[in-house]
Amino acid sequence: MTTFTKPAIHTSKSYTVFHTLGRVLAWLLLVGITALWLVPFAWMVSTALKEPYDLMSKSWIPSRLAWENFTYAFGYGMWDKWTLNTVIITLASVIGTVLSSSLVAYAFARLRWPGRDVVFSLVLATMMLPGVVTMIPQFVLFAKLPAFGFQGSQNWINTFLPLTVPAFTGSSFYIFLLRQFMRSIPMELSEAAKIDGASEFRIWWNILMPLTKPAVAAVAIFTFQGAWQDFMGPLMYLQSEKLYTLQLGLRQFDAAAGGAPAWNWLMAASLAVILPVLIIFVLFHNYFIEGVQIGGSIKG
Amino acid sequence: MAITNTHRNTARRPWFTATRKEAALGWLFAMPWIIGFLVFTVGPMLFSLYTSFTKYNITTPPQWIGLGNYQELFADDRFYTSLYNTFWMVVVKLPIVTVASVSIALLLAMDLPGGRLFRTVIYLPNVLSGVAAVFLWQWILRPNGLLNEALSWFGIKGPGWFVDPLWTKPGMVVMGMWWIGSNILIYLSGIKGIPKDLYEAATIDGARGWKKVRHITLPLLSPTIFFQIVTGIIGTFQVFTTAYILTGADSAGGGPGQSLLFYVLYLYNRAFGRSGPAGFQMGYASAMAWILFIIILAITLLQLWLAKRWVYYESGDAH
Repeated sequence: MTTFTKPAIHTSKSYTVFHTLGRVLAWLLLVGITALWLVPFAWMVSTALKEPYDLMSKSWIPSRLAWENFTYAFGYGMWDKWTLNTVIITLASVIGTVLSSSLVAYAFARLRWPGRDVVFSLVLATMMLPGVVTMIPQFVLFAKLPAFGFQGSQNWINTFLPLTVPAFTGSSFYIFLLRQFMRSIPMELSEAAKIDGASEFRIWWNILMPLTKPAVAAVAIFTFQGAWQDFMGPLMYLQSEKLYTLQLGLRQFDAAAGGAPAWNWLMAASLAVILPVLIIFVLFHNYFIEGVQIGGSIKG
Repeated sequence: MAITNTHRNTARRPWFTATRKEAALGWLFAMPWIIGFLVFTVGPMLFSLYTSFTKYNITTPPQWIGLGNYQELFADDRFYTSLYNTFWMVVVKLPIVTVASVSIALLLAMDLPGGRLFRTVIYLPNVLSGVAAVFLWQWILRPNGLLNEALSWFGIKGPGWFVDPLWTKPGMVVMGMWWIGSNILIYLSGIKGIPKDLYEAATIDGARGWKKVRHITLPLLSPTIFFQIVTGIIGTFQVFTTAYILTGADSAGGGPGQSLLFYVLYLYNRAFGRSGPAGFQMGYASAMAWILFIIILAITLLQLWLAKRWVYYESGDAH
């Protein structure tokens, strides 16, 4: 052996064996963890397709695939209305958040105006502000704001307004994220467009928006996810059943059973409620994963 | 004087210059956020500070009672119970989550075959945070549910998760582990961001495996760990949906032995709970919200101070 003449760690045989063995073990561990993560999903699907007498058995395969669970689950309540309500609220939140956050981010990243740095430090300060602090007084505010009979209400309570209008004022964290992105785009692009006579608004819409697509997609996806799954907001603001979102409907479905739910129906309904999010995740999982890492690396 | 004036007049440029136009547009573009900040944040916060010194139920005007709400709060057993339950989650859950997330992120950073699939699957639960996911875990953690069945294969008699007051919070920790995917991804990108030449230099110096992790990865990851802990604490203080669903019809009571009475759940009960002693107790709830704000502010400042001692920033000195 000539290896001891130089400290060639990578070529030493024992090291290579040790190294490979370590990688194999790590890989097996990851396979195990990943499988463990999938178990709850599999159990949900399995339960959703079981007949009542099957529920207490721990077998994974239902003795008969009880597809009618879905029919039964949707026999209760106004699922069509709840779905439509959720879609409306979610769409308004996504459009509002994306447009306003991006426009405001443009002001911070690409325009010079007196007071900019002060206002931006306020944006940073509100990023950490827990939503609970403003929850109560916002409710009072919405109880006082007139809705002029919109959705049959005199004030904003029991309408979609409290769940959608604030989205159009942008979100501090997304403004920050988009600003960081916009700053990395060369100013020469804007200047060239200005010489061609483009207004700031057109530069934002036609140049900056397309160029920040990954960040815009991340903002849209996270807003969608947050709005679709929001429970506390609808719980506070929506009172009549016909205005419920899917989350409230699902909770109502459980409450109607008086604490002794038919788990197969409940799992069937739950599965149906999360299905749209699952489909979007499967289709756009790269955007989700990148989005988390974009957000994390900026925060970190 | 007169001379300067004439001089100025002759040199006068059009008032609406490009700079002024840009300034106006800047304010205009930022206006949505500024309006939102004033109407939905500053206004409400000031109003809630005022309300916290009053008795207020929305329908009748607020009644000034000075420090009455705060005095009642500090003598309120349920307030202390909710603080205890919340701090319990911070102290027990966060360290477990942090160690598990960093460990799995280290495994994923080894670039093993199938890494993308592992990442995607582990992140998957994070897209499902709503009511459905809580129901699923309620089902899995029933006394005769799937988890206790699995434990019985190892001869362990599983506890009454979500039924026994001693086991409700551990049940929430078990459940919470399903959602560490986003933490893992953030740690993973932190690890990937560490310059390769540092590892190469260490290899030449004879460092291997764990030593590299201990002396390069973890110190350089500490800013990320630090930030994740701060956001984790703030998030834990705001737990609501899970507790509300888990406690079900007993949400006003806070579940078995008040063991799931978390801070925001109690605040919500005081503000909106129809079963509460007087319905809308906005003054009391506002006082609770301000105390929460002060607690979170204090923790954040404490963390920032601690960070100077144990977080390694590349530009600064290592401690």
